[in-house]
Formats: sequence, structure tokens, C-alpha cells
Amino acid sequence: MAEILLEFKDLRIEATSYPPGEPPRHVVLVDGVSVAVEKGKVLGLIGESGAGKSTIGLSAMAFGRGGVRLTGGQILLNGREIRTADAAGLRALRGREVTYVSQSAAASFNPARRIMEQVIETSISHGLMNKSDAEARAVDLFRQLGLPKPESFGTRYPHQVSGGQLQRAMTAMALCPKPDLVIFDEPTTALDVTTQIEVLAAIKLAIVQTGVAALYITHDLAVVAQVADHILVLRGGKKVEYGTTDQIINDPREDYTRALVSVRSIEHAEKSEARALLSVASVTARYRGTDFDVLKNVTVDLAPGQTLAIVGESGSGKSTLARVITGLLPAAQGRITFAGRVLSPDLLGRSKEDLRELQMIYQMADTAMNPRQTVGTIIGRPLEFYFGLKGEAKRQRIQELLDQIEMGKGYIDRYPAELSGGQKQRVCIARALAAKPKLIICDEVTSALDPLVADGILKLLLNLQAEAQVAYLFITHDIATVRAIADRIAVMFKGQVVRYGQKSDVLAPPYDDYTDLLLSSVPEMKLGWLEGVIAGRKMESAGN
Amino acid sequence: MKMPFSAMLGIFLTSSFVFLAVFAQFLAPYSITEASGGVWEGPSATHWLGTDTIGRDIFSRLIYGGQITIFVALASSVLAFSVGSFFGFMAAVRGGWADQIMSRIVDLMMAIPSLIVALVILSVLPLNLTVLILVIGLLDSTRVFRLSRAVAMDIAVMDYVEAAKLRGERQTWVIFREILPNALSPLVAEFGLRFIFAVLFISTLSFLGLGIQPPLADWGGMVKENKDGLVYGKSAALMPAFAIAALAISVNLVADWILSRTTSLKGGRGG
Repeated sequence: MAEILLEFKDLRIEATSYPPGEPPRHVVLVDGVSVAVEKGKVLGLIGESGAGKSTIGLSAMAFGRGGVRLTGGQILLNGREIRTADAAGLRALRGREVTYVSQSAAASFNPARRIMEQVIETSISHGLMNKSDAEARAVDLFRQLGLPKPESFGTRYPHQVSGGQLQRAMTAMALCPKPDLVIFDEPTTALDVTTQIEVLAAIKLAIVQTGVAALYITHDLAVVAQVADHILVLRGGKKVEYGTTDQIINDPREDYTRALVSVRSIEHAEKSEARALLSVASVTARYRGTDFDVLKNVTVDLAPGQTLAIVGESGSGKSTLARVITGLLPAAQGRITFAGRVLSPDLLGRSKEDLRELQMIYQMADTAMNPRQTVGTIIGRPLEFYFGLKGEAKRQRIQELLDQIEMGKGYIDRYPAELSGGQKQRVCIARALAAKPKLIICDEVTSALDPLVADGILKLLLNLQAEAQVAYLFITHDIATVRAIADRIAVMFKGQVVRYGQKSDVLAPPYDDYTDLLLSSVPEMKLGWLEGVIAGRKMESAGN
Repeated sequence: MKMPFSAMLGIFLTSSFVFLAVFAQFLAPYSITEASGGVWEGPSATHWLGTDTIGRDIFSRLIYGGQITIFVALASSVLAFSVGSFFGFMAAVRGGWADQIMSRIVDLMMAIPSLIVALVILSVLPLNLTVLILVIGLLDSTRVFRLSRAVAMDIAVMDYVEAAKLRGERQTWVIFREILPNALSPLVAEFGLRFIFAVLFISTLSFLGLGIQPPLADWGGMVKENKDGLVYGKSAALMPAFAIAALAISVNLVADWILSRTTSLKGGRGG
């Protein structure tokens, strides 16, 4: 058995929350978790939000974020108990033995200082190396992580490099002091799929070459399967299952793990082509004050009761298309026809009927609902506004809608803050449904949700489509979601539709270059997938 | 959350002031005009805070003066908030040239010290309570405009406001139902501060002789009437000055507490 680097023994982490207008509440975030990491191995921590995975990750440097207290058990690092260590002991350990890579590199770098200064800062402040050695090491790491022009990369400012590069620079920062353990806290979650794969490959290579041990925190089992040796599945602060990556992926023992592995298994038969309900014809649009077309000559059709998925990376113009269709951003050229009528490009020129039949659901349910209105008011307003419903009739219809979104009784008088993430999104769906629309634009509606919750939302949307014959324009960056629900697909890249057609055609070869890249970048839940893709791409570029 | 001592003290003092002002007619031992003692008598059992320059009871005049001062300050603050926040929200929601015009007008008004503007306007217009309230309220509304515009800007970009616009809601609905409830806490805290400024402003105007006119009494005017006594070591002018300070501090304590409870919109805890 290899040497153990880090060991949690019966770890218990608590916090006190202060809900408004209520007495303080005591919560146990992590309860009785025991796990060990061997030298040079990678442990994946996986679970939904609130599972305690980040909390456990940070406790490896004996840190509790925002009033979180490490109240029980032992944390042994290199054989030393660090949970009860004093401040001086912790300062010596953090940034030297254990380092941390956070989710948002953009928020973690100081925008006013050059990347190099920040990457070598800890190594120098801990007195591990002098400035020139540290810079040499940083350049080596930049090269290892595949950053462009490693010699001069460090002289740039954080805003001068892309998000994926910044995330790799942060990995270099974490590896620079030659730590024993690196905590990766969702390092690729905020990135596009095509960028994610590069960063993932770079991180994996760096881990292998430096022989550092790591805690890899993520909610995406397919991602962690590529880098981890062992996986710990967490739920509600408790251990669900621990095993080798192979065993967790191929032979999960617990029901919850099985659910995580088999997530996104929704089957959806593609509907045949039909006359269009919405047709967008050669639409071009730009934002005011810019000289750049965000949408270039976009043409798509959507039939009643069907789903058109718009797929693309961030910046591809997919959300702008939604804004153009809703009239928030009037199109510069082109025509939008809806239910046989030509829609006015500007929101103000549209009839109440146009507005009613075209509803929208947002990515962040949190900001899509007024925090000072109850669920009843939120869902009730469209009923009152479009159909003039009042009093008991309105309340009854609200309850019907709540039943439709599977929320039942007791929610009508609650405020959004009293709902879970999935419930909030359901209320937003109900608000859209209340208008009895023909088309609902869904803008990344599942990307802020945990996989199991997102699955529930997708199933609900499909059921509602079957019941109410409503069409969806579904904007997403997630191919798995597209497979689950789309009838038609439009792939967007830099403001243009690069591939468009029925789902079976779009997702079948031969692919164009971009669609190929996009499809092959989606992590698959099997071991060795990452190596396979990277090897395949190297072959291609060597062949070219 | 436990209420801090300073907030309790502030609430107690503020409500005492309001109580005295509301029931002035029943609580004041003497009438406002009655000369019941000698000139500048010191505090005694019959005249608790002494008498003023023509022998009127200072305690009674303080109570009546408080009534006028608080009423005018309150009325002008309410006016400032109604006007200021309505146009501030409007500017934030409308944006574009409407926002530009309103904001530039406000900038223009704020560029000139408000005391000077008030003095010029009041020296031309007839001096009565209505004019006084209008002038103070409108001058103060520029500050409220700036605050409410800034607060509403943050709220106007939220998805729920966009959702309301997509639904086809009128501008008044967006302002009063979507934005106002979310902007209320910072505005309420600001109201307390603006109220104090209004009290100080009226007192200043009265001291300069352009505020509340005799026979009505207000605190600033009382300082003016009795200021000559200071030379002879008479404390009469200090009493109303002390009342102004006490009211300002006690309302401030309450406003501070509300502000700390609501903090900013973004990191807002509690509220």
C-alpha cells in the first residue's frame, strides 16, 4: 500500500445560518466522512450542490469558508493533525503543502497585476525559491499546460487571455510551489465544452508529470472519471459510496450512484417535419453602438408542438437570437413570422396576443422571479393580465398550474427564497404556461441545475409539450440535453448557423469541422475517453 | 436579530419627540404667545426651561416649535421622496434620452448650493408653509432622484423586469410592482437621513429669517430670537439648538440601524 498523504477521519463540519426574521439555525454540512488520499493519486469528490464536496475540499487546508466550522474528527496531512492547528501552522501549510484551484479563474486573478507576478507569489512569500527560479518553474509549467508562448505568457494581464488559458494559468499557480496536494474545485465547470476538454487534458497531464496528489471536486461524473483514481460520492454531507473510478462508473453499488451514472437517459422520438409555427428568415442583428453583426443571416423554422434546439458555445449568438425573436433586440434585417403573422421587430410594436403566445424561461430562475412576490402572484399575474382572471377563479387556475408542474399544494403563498433551485425553475415554467403560449423560448433552463434535477425539468418539459402542444426553442450548450429533447437542431458558431436540420441528420456523420469538434468534446462516462479523443486529435493534426 | 441599544434609544427619543409634537396643545403648560414671566428668566418650577427674550415660556414654545418643525420636515421629505423616486425609477427604466434629460436637469440643480437657491426663491415668493414645503421638498428631491435611479438601475436589468416587459406590462406596473418593492429598504433608510437634513434646512432658513414666520414658532427661529442672550450668559438660545441636535441624532440612530439591517441590494442579508 502506498503512503497516505491526506486522511479524513470521521470529519464533521458545521455552520450557523441566519435566515431573515428567524432565529439562527444550526446546520451540519458534513457528517462522519472518512476517506484517505495516497501520494500522487487523485480523489474525485462528486455530488449535487449542497452535498458538501467543496466544504470537504477546503477542509484539506483546514479552511472553513464564511463561518463554516470544522467541529469534529481528524484531518491528517502528512501524518500531522491539522484541524486543530494554530494560525501560524496553517499559514505555513497553505500555499506550500496544499494549494487550491477555484472555479472562476477570472474572479480569482487580480486584474491589475500581470499573470507571472501572481503565479509565483506564493512560492516567493513562502521562501521556497528565489524570483528567477520561480519564474523559470512557472514558464516550465506554462509549457506543460500547453499555454501559447510560455516564455512571454506571464507578462500578460488576466484580461488579455481567454477563460480556458486563465484557468490553466491558475493551475500553474497552484503547482508552482511544488505542493503535495492540489484541490481542484470545479475547474472546468464554467468553461465551454470545447475549452473544457483542453483544460481537462492539460490538468491531467500536469498531474501525471508532477506526481502531485489531488482532490478533484465536480458535479459531473463524466469529467471526474477522466482524471480520478478513486471517487467519493457524497450526498447531503454524508458518504454514499467510495471506490475506484472503474468500479463507480461500471459497477455502482448504491441507487444514488446508479442514478448519477445513468443520468440523461431520456428517450425522445423525433417528430416529423411540419409546417412552421415560427420562421426566422435571414435575420441579421447587431447591438447598438457596435459595428459587428452578432447574428449573420440566420434562418430557422420551428413546427407547432416541436422542439428546435439551438446549440453553440458562449458568444455564438444563441441567446441573441432569443432576444431578437422576443423583440428585445430588433433585427436589423430579415423577417420573423409567427403563427402566420409577421412579427414586428420591436417589442413595442407587438400585439398583446403576440406577447401572450410567445413566452420565455430564463437560465437563472433566481433572478427571473421578483423576490418580493409570492408564487401565487408570480404565476397569477399572466392569468390576470392576459385572461382577466380574478379572485377564486385565478387561485384555482394557479393551483392547476402548480399541479401540472408537480408541485402540489402549499406552495402558492411562498416566496421564491423558500424554494429549491429546481422548484424555482418549475415556477418559471408555470408562469410561462399560464399564458397558454404556442411557443416557449427556453434559454439554458437546465444549465444552472444539478444533473438529476435538470433531468426532472426536461422530463416535465417533454410531458407538458405532449399535453399542451407547445413548441420549444431550446437554447443550450449541452449536447446531452439536445439529444434528450430536440426534434430539430441548429448549430451556431460566431453568429451563423453552421448546421441545421432534423436531429437524426444533424447528429449523424458526415460532420462539418465545428460540429465534429463540439460533439467529440462532450465528456463520456467511460474510462480513457479523454486519452482517446486527445490521441485522435493529435493524429488528425499530424495527418494534416 | 437583537435590536442594538443605540437603535432602541433612537426609537425612544424619536417617538417622544413625535408624541410631544402631536399632542402639543394638551401638553404645553402655556400658550405660544403668552408672556408669562420676566425676560430671560432661568429655569424654575413654573418655567422649566426658563423664559425667552420677551418672557414667553421656552418649554411651551419648544413643544409648539417641534410640531411645526417636524411637520414641515416630514411633509417636504415625503414630497421629495414621491417626486424624486418616481422620476429616478422612470429614468432607470426608460434609459436613453429621457434619462439624459432628467439627469442633466438634476445635475444642474445640484450644481448650485441648495441654501442659495432656497434663499433666492423664498425672497421672491410669499412666505407661507406651503411654499416652504414645496421649495425644500423639490430641492431635496434631486438627491433622492440620484439614489433611486442608481438603485433602480441595478434592479431594472434583472430578468424578472425583462419578463414583465415581455409580458407587455405598462411602465407604471414595472415601476410600482416590480422595482419599488425591491428598492424600498435603501430608500427607507435614506428617508431618515433626508428628514434630518430637512429639519436642519428649515432651522437654517428660519434662523436667517426666511423660514417659518412669527407668530408661529420653530426651533431655528427661536435660536434667532434668543441669540443675543448668549452675550449676557443666558441659556435660552441653547434650548432649541439642543432640541435640533437631539432630534437629528435620534433619527440618525434609527436610520443607521435600518441601513445596517438592509445593507446593499447585492450582499443583502436579512431585510
